[in-house]
Amino acid sequence: MALILDLLWQAVQMLLVVAVAPLVLGVTRKVKARLLRRRGPPLLQPYSDIWKLLHKEAVLATNASWLYRTAPYVIFAATWVAAALVPTYATGLLFSWSADLIAIVALIGTGRFALALAGMDVGTAFGGIGSSREMLIASLAEPAMLLVVFTVALLAGTTQLSSIAAQMIDTPVGVRVSLALALFAFVFVAIAENGRIPIDNPATHLELTMVHEAMVLEYSGRHLAMIEAAAAVKLVLYCSLLACLFFPFGMATADKSLAAVSLGLASYLAKILAFAVLLPVGETLVAKMRVFRYPVFLGGAFAAAALAVFLQFVSRGF
Amino acid sequence: MIAPVYAVLLIPFVAALVLALVTNYRWGAAINIVACGLTFAAGASLLFVDRVRTDVVLIDDFNIYLVTLTTFIGFTTSIFSASYIGHELETGRLTPTFLRFYHALYQAMMGAMNLALVANNIGVLWVGVEVATLSTVMMVGIYRTTAAVEAAWKYFILGSVGIALAFFGTILVYLVAQEVLGQGLPAMAWDLLLRDAARFDPRLLSLAFVFLLVGYGTKVGLAPFHAWLPDAHAEGPTPISAVLSGLLLNVALYALLRFKMLLAANPETLDVGRIMIALGLISLVFAAFMLYRRRDIKRLFAYSSIEHMGVITFAFGIGGPLANFAGLLHMTMHSLTKSAIFFAVGHVAQVKGTQRMADIRGLSVSHPALAVGLALGVIAIAGLPPFGVFTSEFLLISSTLSRQPLLALILVFGLLVAFGALLLRLQQVIFGEPIGPVGRVKASYVPLFLHIGFVLAAGLWLPEPMVRWFKIVAAQLG
Amino acid sequence: MSLFTDIGHLLAAGMMILSFLLLYQDRITATLNVFAAQAIVLGLAVAWQAELQDAPHLFVTAAIALVVKGGIIPMALHRIVRRLEIHREIEQVIGGGPVMLVGLGLVALSIMLVFPVAGGVDSLAREDLAFALAVILLGLLMMITRRNAVTQVIGFMSLENGLVLAATGAKGMPLVVEFSVAFSILIAFIVFGVFVFRIRERFDTVDVGALDRFRGDRGD
Repeated sequence: MALILDLLWQAVQMLLVVAVAPLVLGVTRKVKARLLRRRGPPLLQPYSDIWKLLHKEAVLATNASWLYRTAPYVIFAATWVAAALVPTYATGLLFSWSADLIAIVALIGTGRFALALAGMDVGTAFGGIGSSREMLIASLAEPAMLLVVFTVALLAGTTQLSSIAAQMIDTPVGVRVSLALALFAFVFVAIAENGRIPIDNPATHLELTMVHEAMVLEYSGRHLAMIEAAAAVKLVLYCSLLACLFFPFGMATADKSLAAVSLGLASYLAKILAFAVLLPVGETLVAKMRVFRYPVFLGGAFAAAALAVFLQFVSRGF
Repeated sequence: MIAPVYAVLLIPFVAALVLALVTNYRWGAAINIVACGLTFAAGASLLFVDRVRTDVVLIDDFNIYLVTLTTFIGFTTSIFSASYIGHELETGRLTPTFLRFYHALYQAMMGAMNLALVANNIGVLWVGVEVATLSTVMMVGIYRTTAAVEAAWKYFILGSVGIALAFFGTILVYLVAQEVLGQGLPAMAWDLLLRDAARFDPRLLSLAFVFLLVGYGTKVGLAPFHAWLPDAHAEGPTPISAVLSGLLLNVALYALLRFKMLLAANPETLDVGRIMIALGLISLVFAAFMLYRRRDIKRLFAYSSIEHMGVITFAFGIGGPLANFAGLLHMTMHSLTKSAIFFAVGHVAQVKGTQRMADIRGLSVSHPALAVGLALGVIAIAGLPPFGVFTSEFLLISSTLSRQPLLALILVFGLLVAFGALLLRLQQVIFGEPIGPVGRVKASYVPLFLHIGFVLAAGLWLPEPMVRWFKIVAAQLG
Repeated sequence: MSLFTDIGHLLAAGMMILSFLLLYQDRITATLNVFAAQAIVLGLAVAWQAELQDAPHLFVTAAIALVVKGGIIPMALHRIVRRLEIHREIEQVIGGGPVMLVGLGLVALSIMLVFPVAGGVDSLAREDLAFALAVILLGLLMMITRRNAVTQVIGFMSLENGLVLAATGAKGMPLVVEFSVAFSILIAFIVFGVFVFRIRERFDTVDVGALDRFRGDRGD
């Protein structure tokens, strides 16, 4: 009986991230439009978009290989697994023993790898640009991400997400400098990985400014639906990570009573939506950076994360 | 009647305010001289009144003769400055508005140096050195030529960095002292610090001294922090070169030595003597070699200042009663001699209209009095007997030979190299056929020969109280 | 680890991050804005210390930092920069990447210098001292890597911010020193104002590289 219940909670989490993802995307777009004094698309538009795409015919180039056809599913699968493992409303779920931060980073990397290969598969110029830029961003962002992981892991003594979250909730960690620096670095990395301004404009199709869009330019139909869904789930993944690592308040820990779980769900949704609102506000404040400035931006994130790790090493007080 | 120790501070600052308002140059120069004279009288009277010790000011064996020396050299330089600046006005190199500025800053600088010397508070010491530095920065740039602006800018940047690092060192000293002496003013008072220095945390104290050495060492002109010194001396007006070399370097060194006393009282601290020896020898040898290629006469003597500051730092680095005594004596002698040299050089440069030594020849024919003064000054600074500089160098060399013969070798080598360069240049400038303008110059010979007279006298006989003060301070310096 | 000391550390670390940001700005107006932000954070940090140490005279220092260094000086500098017409220039900052690494090294150095040595001092002061030293060294680094007279002086003023932070960490340091720091800010600004104009009128540029050609020592 207990096993069935645990399986149920885990399944809820797995479905939750997929269900909520297009909503988050919709909220982001709506807020951005409002900030730009437009009315914007309806909140549930992304659901309709995915539904539409799933029913359309997938047109493939003649020289597209098996890689091109399977890549969207690989991307979606990797991102979904990663998102499903991150504790959202409760810690200590059934599969949480496998939710290791480094494994999650590796899963995201796998997804990115598949996407980049798919971009180059058909041999168009746009795909090549997109893939090379994506790899540039990845090579700069991933070290920073790992350093953030190390900071948090040094503090909690483990890389398992569930334990980290439980520890952060139970023992008073206080407002630490290294966590602040790690937060700062993580936000930058998240912006870079999700292809938001100032790294990449998700709404553009100008070749000068495309990164993610360039890689998926050739996709259509159900493949495109998978990729769009994967992008939305990736956004939710990073928001969940942000909430879990730095603001884990409200999560249900050992006590899995209905009340605690509802509180956990409510707090999780509130946090996700808060981030979904803050993101476009931040995007509207800055302009997109030119590509040669990516190292500066991400170098700053790396420096902050490195500093955070160093401070953790030097003094437990930091 | 105000106590002399406060008079020494009040007179310059009041005079600075007054001079900022006086527009007539002649009145300004006169007030400057009078103010400096009064300050000197106050400073000299310190020798005869009871010692003072409050939370903010302190007169003890170390600074009592320094205050007298500083005010004296300030006074003689103000006399020199009057005739020098008069000539600059005539030739149009300076305008009356700037002179208001110049005189006011001169007094501000004197006041600040006195403040640094009599302060019984490490923070007030720092303030004094900083204000003095900043006033000299402004005065160095007063000619507004491209080279002057460059010199002043470099001096400002390097000086400010030195000040900042010295301030950080001061904070560290306060931190280390407040654990033992409690918070507030007592943890910043020299006499209390010295009394309890043995109980301070040695590592933090050592770290503090390193910052202070770099910070105040920049002001002393030790290589490799010396980059501002030659330009500042060459491009500023000569009275400022005299004051910089003769006074400001000394005040900075005084600050450094006060802190060294704290370290000497605490046996577990870092052996800073070695660092000081290294810096001193580097400055000495480097400056000695640089003397050969100089073509500008003021720059030549600026490097000579670096060289002598190196010798003094080396003396205090070696330590021990004899070497410390030699260092203190050398500080005094160098101030008097170097300022005398700059008095002579200033007038020479004015007459010839240039500072390039290639264009200055045959002074013994055209201006015999100046030539004699300059020659005596250079002979003195080169370390020949019977001048005072010889005494101090001899004491230092004999002390070093008996303990570290190898270092003594390097010391003698550096001194000989400098000796050669100075005498070579002196001979070129003094002898031969006069070239360039040979007009009369309204020079002030009294300050020049007075200084040289003192240096000569000190080489032959030192007054008993002075020897006693030197010995006490030498013992405290460890 | 109480919340209060944590926030104190956070403010000090904020200043250090702003020092890093100062290192790679290449527009003068951006540099001035980051400097103003650093001065404001300094004011907050000092005010926080004043509250923690129960030292009301530190509020004066905080006010000076906020108003003078965070407001008046940046605004005046903005005006001067407009008058000199250098607000559009892009400065060659010597290598962004290596400079950042050196900056990280300096932070490590300052922490390693202060920590083992300041064992006797209480822990709040010790960590703030390490951050203050880091800000000082980063300010020094900024002065070295800049070619423009205006940004060099901003580097110096950010160095002074670090000094004020260090001084407030030292409990009970009398007001005399705080006034002297404020005083030195004013003097530095006057000197700066005078010099920037002199440099501009003499050289038609504030590029200190141009000053180098007139270095008297060349062949002299």
